[in-house]
Amino acid sequence: MKIPEVIFKQRLKFREQFYNFMATVTGLTIFTIEFFKQAFILPLEASEIKKHMDELGVKTFPIVTITGFIIGFVLALQTQPILARFGATDFLPAMVAISVVRELGPVITALIFAGRVSSGIGAELGSMRVTEQIDAMDVSGVNPFKYLVVTRIIATTMILPLLTVYVIFLAMVGCFIAIAIAEPMSVQYFIDSVIESIAFEDFIPGVSKTFIFGYIVGLVGCYKGYTTVGGTEGVGKSSTTSVVIASMLILIVDAILVKISVLIW
Amino acid sequence: MVENLVEIFNLTKRFDDKVILDDISINVEKGENLIVFGRSGSGKSVLLKCIIGLITPDKGEISIMGKNVHNLKIKKLNNLRKNISFLFQSAALYDSMTVRENLEFPLIRNFNISHNVINEKIIKTLELVGLEDAIYKMPSELSGGMRKRIGLARSIITDPKLILYDEPTTGLDPITSKEISELILNLQKQLNMTSIVVTHDLICAEIIADRVIFLRDGKIAYQGALEELKTIQDPFLQNFFSNKLLNE
Repeated sequence: MKIPEVIFKQRLKFREQFYNFMATVTGLTIFTIEFFKQAFILPLEASEIKKHMDELGVKTFPIVTITGFIIGFVLALQTQPILARFGATDFLPAMVAISVVRELGPVITALIFAGRVSSGIGAELGSMRVTEQIDAMDVSGVNPFKYLVVTRIIATTMILPLLTVYVIFLAMVGCFIAIAIAEPMSVQYFIDSVIESIAFEDFIPGVSKTFIFGYIVGLVGCYKGYTTVGGTEGVGKSSTTSVVIASMLILIVDAILVKISVLIW
Repeated sequence: MVENLVEIFNLTKRFDDKVILDDISINVEKGENLIVFGRSGSGKSVLLKCIIGLITPDKGEISIMGKNVHNLKIKKLNNLRKNISFLFQSAALYDSMTVRENLEFPLIRNFNISHNVINEKIIKTLELVGLEDAIYKMPSELSGGMRKRIGLARSIITDPKLILYDEPTTGLDPITSKEISELILNLQKQLNMTSIVVTHDLICAEIIADRVIFLRDGKIAYQGALEELKTIQDPFLQNFFSNKLLNE
C-alpha cells in the first residue's frame, strides 16, 4: 500500500512543480510585455532610475572588485604551466583576455549580480507586498508597476554592462600580476599583447549580452518580489527563488547568445 | 435631498468556494461616517478593497461619485482614487522613506502644486495628528500609534472626499485607540470627509459612527444606528457586544 501512495504523492509534487514552472514562465512573459508597454510612458522616473543605479552599483562594487581581480589572477596562474609546456607563455595575456572578455567576465559578473541584486529586489518588493505598501501606492493613484518595477529593471539593465567592463579591467590587472610574479614582463608588452588579441568582434558580443543579463536579473527579482504571497515566509522564498531562476536564465540565455554570436561574427 | 457618495449594488465576492460577500447593497451619504462591524473573516476588509478597486467583485456594481469603479480604465481609476484615501490596518508606510517623504509622495505624484504648498500641507497635517517632531523620522523609528497617525496624515493630506479605514485602532492601547478615534471624528467634522470604517472596536464606533452595518456570513445582518444595534435581542449580536466567546 505504501508504494502507490509514494508514487501518488510524487505525481502530485511533480504536477505542482510543473504548474509552478508554467506559472513563472507566464508571469515573466506578462511582466516583460507590461515592462515594454510602460517603460516609454511619461514620466520616465529618471531620478528613481538613477537612485537604483547608485544603490545597485554600490551594493555590488566590493564583491565584483574582488571577483574581477581573482578571475584574471587565477586564470593566469592555472594556464601558465600548461602554456609553458608548449613554450607558449607569450600567448598568456591574449588567452586570458579573450576568455575574460568573451565569456568569463560577462557571465561571472552577471551571476554575482544575480546573487546580490535579484535576491535584494525580491526581498524588498516582497516585503512591500506583504506589508501592503504596494497596495497603498496603488490606491493613492500612483502606478506601482511603473514606479517600482520599471525603474529597477532599467537600472539593472544599465548598471551590469558598466560593472562588466570594470570586472574585465580588473581581471586583466590580476592577470598581469600573476604573470609578473612568475616571470618578468613589461606593462607595455602586456598591454600590447592584450590589445592585439582582442578584436571588436570579441568585445561587442561579450559586453552587449550583459544588457540582457541585467534585464533578466531585474525582471526576475521584480517578478518574484511583486507577486509575493504568504507573509514573511513568502518573502524569504521570493528572495531565494529569484536568485535560482535568474542564474538559470542567465546560463541558458548565454548558451543561446554564444551560438548566435558565433554565427554572426 | 442627500447625495450618495458611495453606492454598492448586489456585491458578491467568492474566494474559491467560499462566499465572502453575498449580494450586499449599501449606500453611503456624503459626509457620513459608516461603521462596518463583523467577526474576523466576515469580509469587512474585502468589502473595502472592492470599493477601492484592489479586489474585483464576482458580481455587482460599486459606484463612487457616480463612477462605476470596476468599469474604469486604469488612468480614470487612478484619477478617481485621487479623491479617495485608504488607511491600512498596518498603516502601510513606505519603509524606505522618511515621514516627510511618505506624506509628500501622493502630492508630488498626483497634484501639480508648488514645493512651498507641499511644505505647508505637510506641516499642517502633522500638526493635526500631533506629530510635528516626527517629520524626519523613518517608519521603523515610530511606535504603533505613531505609525497609525502618520498613516492617517498620509490619508488626509490629499484632502480626499472619501476615506476608507481598515481597523484603525487594532493593536493599540485603549487610550491611543480613543485618541485615534477622536482624531478621525475631528477630521471628518473639520474637513467634511465621508468615512467607511471597518472595526471591531466598540469604543471607536461609539465615537465615530453615524450609522452601522453588521456583516454576518457575507450578508448584512443589521443596518442602522449603533444604539439600536446594541439592544437587539439576538444572541450572536449580544455576544459580540458583550465581548463573550461566541459559541455558534
